Amino acid sequence: MHYHSEALVESISRLAQQLRIDVLQMVYAGQTGHIGGAFSAAELVAAFYFHHLRIDPARPDWSERDRFLLSKGHACAVLYAALARRGFFPVEELQTFRQLNSRLQGHPDRLKCPGVEISAGPLGHGVAIGVGTALALRAANKPSSKSAPSARAAEARVYVLLGDGEINAGVVWEGALAASKYRLGNLTAVLDCNGIQQTGATADVLPTRDLAEKWKSFGWHVQEIHGHNVAEILAALDRADEVHAQPSIVIARTTKGKGVSFMEYDHRWHGQPPNETQYRQALAELEGGLS
Amino acid sequence: MKAPLTWSLMRQAYGQALVRLGEQNPDVVVLSADVSNSDFSAMFAEAFPDRFYNVGIAEQALVDVAAGLAYAGKVPFANTFAFLFATRALEMIRTHLCYGGANVKLMGAYAGLSDSFDGPTHHAITDLAALRSLPGMTVVVPADAVAVERLLPQVAAWPGPVYFRLNRNEVPVLFDETYSPEISKGMVIRKGGDVTLIGTGMLLHRCLEAAQRLEADESISARVIEIHTLKPLDRDLILQAARETGALVTAEEHSTIGGLGAAVAEVTAGAAPVPVVRVGINDTFAESGPYLDLLDRYGMSVENIVEAARCALSLKGGRRPG
Repeated sequence: MHYHSEALVESISRLAQQLRIDVLQMVYAGQTGHIGGAFSAAELVAAFYFHHLRIDPARPDWSERDRFLLSKGHACAVLYAALARRGFFPVEELQTFRQLNSRLQGHPDRLKCPGVEISAGPLGHGVAIGVGTALALRAANKPSSKSAPSARAAEARVYVLLGDGEINAGVVWEGALAASKYRLGNLTAVLDCNGIQQTGATADVLPTRDLAEKWKSFGWHVQEIHGHNVAEILAALDRADEVHAQPSIVIARTTKGKGVSFMEYDHRWHGQPPNETQYRQALAELEGGLS
Repeated sequence: MKAPLTWSLMRQAYGQALVRLGEQNPDVVVLSADVSNSDFSAMFAEAFPDRFYNVGIAEQALVDVAAGLAYAGKVPFANTFAFLFATRALEMIRTHLCYGGANVKLMGAYAGLSDSFDGPTHHAITDLAALRSLPGMTVVVPADAVAVERLLPQVAAWPGPVYFRLNRNEVPVLFDETYSPEISKGMVIRKGGDVTLIGTGMLLHRCLEAAQRLEADESISARVIEIHTLKPLDRDLILQAARETGALVTAEEHSTIGGLGAAVAEVTAGAAPVPVVRVGINDTFAESGPYLDLLDRYGMSVENIVEAARCALSLKGGRRPG
């Protein structure tokens, strides 16, 4: 059994809410960016950056770090907020989001922003890229390897955060098959299943039907959780790490726009900035959630 | 340089060179979209089974998986047919290799019309245009088997993504042991002062034949330049040829849109505007048939190059074509 103290769970939940406030302020300030899918992923991202990932903000290129690949790149505001609050760059820099001269591009740029593992935006790439990195990390551990990095590199794991609209893309499934073929136990995907994509409900746009069965049939170990419940997230990530002979996916049921009453379940908040009235109401609701 | 008498298989040289790279550099890994017995990367798979990944008929994943390997320090050589890199997997190449800066080497097999009998679906006549347009991409086209052997280690050592264009068939042996190409540098392989023929890949051999014919039949002295690196292009060598000979012909196994001819014209237009007459396939799809016959029929014969040289000469110095 995995035990995570109530204090830890509470702390991560509060940080998730803080990330939402950061995202709201970033998108409001620049009047550009994606809120809905950032809010749905807030607890997931917080669980990774404030507990689960083995990373070092002082060494973003540390070869033995865990890799977190944000495949649903449009949700990057929440990633930037997490990176800043974890110490990769100053929190004040969040205000530069999407503006000229910023390291915080409209979609993540791995060469500009410390801590960003992949440039993303066009959807569907994370799993297949994760396969490549997981293969390389596993190969690094083989005793026969002449490149001889330290054995600890093999402990490094690859995590991919996917959106449920994103998995419309065929390359996701190409990557899923490859992960299964190579029995990548060091690869875990987390599916932010918020049920809504740009123009409407995922079930209407392109029904993906029984997701758990689908991933199982592709050879993946599958868990299903509530994606805003931090205790469940932490336990599922620990469990996924223990799966050795196959890749693992955590299907996290979430709410798009989570935390702001008028944004929840509404596809119009996928990529729209709030006006001043909306901003003030949203901020009040999110800050209320903190107390 | 004499007209070549012997022919040899580029992919045989490729497979051997790949194995040698594998021996020298433990970080070299090879990926395939299930065509390794076509492009001879199977030779690497046999030598280093633990460093070979067949991702299946999945070219998009091929490039993405390669990017992931590169981000973790490997030097991946991804293999599939040239047209598939340039069309199906192009977004992956743009986003993760070029924008993301992944040190992945793309081995474009069966390029140009060389997969001749399989027909236009399998011909790659727009790959140079597509790949060359991407910021951060390097584009290298070997002209024979010796060139493959000499250039491949440089491709491996070159920083960042590289597209390496390979021919399916036996091609004329142009070079001997003294051939020492350098990525990003063109080479004068025949001296001449009236006109310059700039060739790449298989068409370089035809440029040499055309130069000999121009000399013998019309006493025209044609310089021949090999451009094996379309990007970054050897600007200085091209401008020097433009200034010294005043008339340029380009020849490539590719569309006349966007490839070598376009690259040369882009350089000369703003710096040494001289006629640039482009030899290639003229914005059309070809058909199935024997390789050399296809080159002839679709505008890439020796006679086409000779004709282009006459045209360039007639335009030289601002004259109208006679």
